[in-house]
Amino acid sequence: MKAVGIILAGGNNNRMGILSRKRAIPAMPVGGSFRCIDFALSNMSNSHVQTVAVLTQYNARSLNEHLSSSKWWDFGRKQGGLYLFTPTVTADNSDWYRGTADAMYQNIDFLKKRHEPYVIITSGDCVYKMDYNEILDYHIAKKADITVACKDMPVDADVSRFGVVRMNEDSRITEFEEKPLVAQSNTISAGVYVVRRRQLIEILERAAQENRFDFVSDVLIRYRNIKKIYGFKIKDYWSNIATVDDYFRTNMDFLKTDVRNYFFRQDPKIYSKVDDLPPAKYNVGSDINNSLISSGCIINGRVENSVLFKKVFVGKNCVIKNSIILNDAYIGDNTHVENCIVESRGTLKANTYYCGQDGIQIIAEANERYLL
Amino acid sequence: MKQNHGEINTKLEQTRSDNVIKKEMIAMLLAGGQGSRLGVLTADVAKPAVAFGGKYRIIDFPLSNCINSGIDTVGVLTQYQPLRLNTHIGIGIPWDLDRNNGGVTVLPPYERSNDSEWYTGTANAIYQNLRYMENYNPEYVLILSGDHIYKMDYEVMLDFHKANNADVTIATMPVPLEEASRFGIVIADENKKIMDFEEKPKEPRSNLASMGIYIFSWKVLRDALIELKDQQNCDFGKHIIPYCFEKEKRLFAYEFNGYWKDVGTLGSYWEANMELIDLIPEFNLYEEYWPIYTKCDTIEPQYIAQEGHVERCIVGESSEIHGAVINSVIGPNVYIGPGTVVRDSIIMKDTCIGRNVTINKAIIAENCRIEDGANLGVGDEAPNKMNPNVYAFGLVTVGDDSVIPENVKVGKNTAISGVTLKEDYPNGVLASGEVIIKAGDRK
Repeated sequence: MKAVGIILAGGNNNRMGILSRKRAIPAMPVGGSFRCIDFALSNMSNSHVQTVAVLTQYNARSLNEHLSSSKWWDFGRKQGGLYLFTPTVTADNSDWYRGTADAMYQNIDFLKKRHEPYVIITSGDCVYKMDYNEILDYHIAKKADITVACKDMPVDADVSRFGVVRMNEDSRITEFEEKPLVAQSNTISAGVYVVRRRQLIEILERAAQENRFDFVSDVLIRYRNIKKIYGFKIKDYWSNIATVDDYFRTNMDFLKTDVRNYFFRQDPKIYSKVDDLPPAKYNVGSDINNSLISSGCIINGRVENSVLFKKVFVGKNCVIKNSIILNDAYIGDNTHVENCIVESRGTLKANTYYCGQDGIQIIAEANERYLL
Repeated sequence: MKQNHGEINTKLEQTRSDNVIKKEMIAMLLAGGQGSRLGVLTADVAKPAVAFGGKYRIIDFPLSNCINSGIDTVGVLTQYQPLRLNTHIGIGIPWDLDRNNGGVTVLPPYERSNDSEWYTGTANAIYQNLRYMENYNPEYVLILSGDHIYKMDYEVMLDFHKANNADVTIATMPVPLEEASRFGIVIADENKKIMDFEEKPKEPRSNLASMGIYIFSWKVLRDALIELKDQQNCDFGKHIIPYCFEKEKRLFAYEFNGYWKDVGTLGSYWEANMELIDLIPEFNLYEEYWPIYTKCDTIEPQYIAQEGHVERCIVGESSEIHGAVINSVIGPNVYIGPGTVVRDSIIMKDTCIGRNVTINKAIIAENCRIEDGANLGVGDEAPNKMNPNVYAFGLVTVGDDSVIPENVKVGKNTAISGVTLKEDYPNGVLASGEVIIKAGDRK
């Protein structure tokens, strides 16, 4: 492969509510058995990008645990490997990553030491499948300086939290506005960039000299008229999970046959850390409709239109409706959960009632599990 | 100067022999058996590679026991149909047995310059791999077989072996006295020292049945294997243990009181799978302190559709269920179509079951296709015509990669293997006790 990969996995935002209190967004569980970063990592691996750096900063414990071995994504080779870069104190720098460009600049030695001519930069909070060779070929064919993967959002979608782009007929990006108040188009940046390695080093060094730290506003937007920045449209499924609503919707998308088949049945596959959990068990009284159930679950109640992550316990006479139950949650007998996200390792007492009235309710309860 | 040189030489020799990686105990896992009583299930695979409990294979249990007991060097002796076993074990990653020193090694029979032979018996197979064991210079060797379902801490057994200063320790389990005549029985004194053996005794004097698990002190095993190397079909139970006993070695019986199941027949195999479904099964896969590891090709969650119904089941990863599944064990990546009803059955990985199929008390192996409207397990029982001892228990047994055409009826105590066509079913029916073996056609 002609490129190294960089996965930006450091960010935090307050739109995830208490869900991001526990973990960085790329470590959020997605689609029953996966973590969000699995999608970017598997894309890298499936595109034969053998050397990948993951830049983390915010609350990286859960993410580091997930990435404790790189073998699940088939990294960990003599040629290449998976590198985790958290901010460190050095002789001439003791700052945290002050932005995405700064994060890459602080690890510029990694970029300088490599020999691959291109760099593929992606974010760790998107759910998508992509062959990076296609965007790279496009980048080369267009003789672009930077190529940005873009996604046309539905007309009614709120794009105000994304970078909104406008392209000319040659697909060159003419306008790029970050988090606009009023969006001029519904085409957004998908957070995947291709750039020549030397070009990137040059840009990052210059940005650092000017005390500019953000890759989008200080590089893409600032350079959009001097550099040739092209857009590459993603036609298939792409979703960013960085708000509670988007996170909920993305997980619910996996209940749709086409989305499920696209991610679970069609090659290439998405990989994740293997947990060695036993198969799911359905006891007397279990009644499941239109739901995803992961390994290690034990179910004694009713589950409808829901996604149950690994090792969830559902007690007798429970009703779980339109909900997402994260890893290792325990739901006591006779409990009703509707329109909720139950935080991982949470323990819900028996005989309780939860229902998200207007919107999704997040339940994070740490009751004593075995005294119930 | 010369003297000096000599010194260096002896030093070199010392370091060389000392440099052999020392392992306290290594395990030798006998996985070469056919398991012919599993009928078409083992037509193309060795018994240890047969699926069990949804996502596992039988060999996962002894391999997981090894790593959970701190044994990181395991030789797996293969002979009969080893392809799936080899693929499954690979370099041992799922069991953490990919090691720089030790790890898992697959040991097939091999050609030698003067005399080559297959493994002719359990002890003969171990004898042919003396060099493998010598590599690790162990103190103790654990002999295991790859066809039992159990969780056992071999380290506790080793402690027992050491505490008794034993030469051989045989793992035993108490069985009901009336069943004892089906087993090899050991008679031990109050200190568990073995006084006598009985093979399938009519009137058993003890209820301690041998489990086919042995710990040998390495020198004792080595001497016995070399001494008996010309014994025809040299076997642990028949030759090595009696030899050690005659030589007045210290033989002890270690009593194991957990769950242990020999899944040697289709009936016991089916039963052991069904026991996993119990509300709190005697053999509990959900305990966290003794995980069972296996190679996972699929990690995706399973999907139960709007019209699906699943009760009293265990279901593997990535399966998709549109029909009703009751009291069954479903493997990974299985598809069950709408309108289909599966009861009291075992369905292994990658199998696809169409619409409006009815399946009662069947074992359907991997990568099969059951087409729409088929009805398996109908009618009254009749003894199987080909092999009444194997295909009994009222089961329908379907081998790997089989196809059953649409709308046919299949009776009880039947076996099907290979791609079958409508013509193979007279009037669309395979009567109870009949067999269709077309395995050769699949290429």
